[in-house]
Amino acid sequence: MLALNNFDKAFENRIRLQVMSVLVANESYDFNSLKELLATTDGNLASHLKALEKEAYISVIKSFLGRKPNTRYQATEKGIAAFKKHLEALENLIKQQKS
Amino acid sequence: MKNKDIYDDISSIKTIMERSTKFISLSGLSGILAGIYALIGAGVAYILIPNYSTNSLGDDVYENVNRLGLDLILFGVAIAVLVLSIVTAILLSSAKARRNHQSVWNQSSRALANAGLLPLLVGGCFAFILYVQHHYGIIAPACLVFYGLALVAASKFTYGDVKWLGLLEIVLGLLSLMQPGYGLYFWALGFGVLHILYGTIMYFKYDRVSA
Repeated sequence: MLALNNFDKAFENRIRLQVMSVLVANESYDFNSLKELLATTDGNLASHLKALEKEAYISVIKSFLGRKPNTRYQATEKGIAAFKKHLEALENLIKQQKS
Repeated sequence: MKNKDIYDDISSIKTIMERSTKFISLSGLSGILAGIYALIGAGVAYILIPNYSTNSLGDDVYENVNRLGLDLILFGVAIAVLVLSIVTAILLSSAKARRNHQSVWNQSSRALANAGLLPLLVGGCFAFILYVQHHYGIIAPACLVFYGLALVAASKFTYGDVKWLGLLEIVLGLLSLMQPGYGLYFWALGFGVLHILYGTIMYFKYDRVSA
């Protein structure tokens, strides 16, 4: 199957795909809101965020809200392009199966 | 990759995008209660303002009354309605958020407040200046129009139905502008009846399903 070539390994995991969806739809999102939205644990989310960061699909902005550390994430251009490509691959696969 | 996985992926992308940008814990019941408070407030004002029903046009309704004293009471009633409505909305929305395992003060509710706050504050200042300048007749229309604008602006971050409520408030405000002297009736219609209608629709459309 040709369409499978465009599938992004980084998005094979559901959480990573969801993180990317959130970051494409929003300018930026903070760690705690992501955790709440995706109903995951700290460790699980952190490891997936690390993986996406390693691919340079997301960038991290660390700052302080008063004395509390506030970590925000942002989709990079590379990440958005990869996400779009992945969506197109999904679309193509559906089209293929329908025809 | 199996067929079902693809569809699951796509539907999860769609729901997560929606949930991350929209605040969905807004309580319908709080809309109904806000409407009831507004109607009670309007009723109190109706009784307090002498001859509102018979003499709705001129400023002479205020003859033989302590103008400032009455205004302060009316202002107090308006503030009480506002504060009660906000407190109720926050309490009931928090409860709904807890049921949905979300916090009430999250990224989307912050965006919602940010978007709605500016038109609301400008509207508040606008109405206050109208009062200071003695343009009493257009205070109620101004409240309705600015409130409607705030709702339309905030609606991007919550249920789309809020936009329709906002548009209706704006239309009502403009109509009220064309009918000077009936401000209180339009105010009661916009803040009272519309809220109750909207709250009821929201309650049956969203709250009951998630409850």
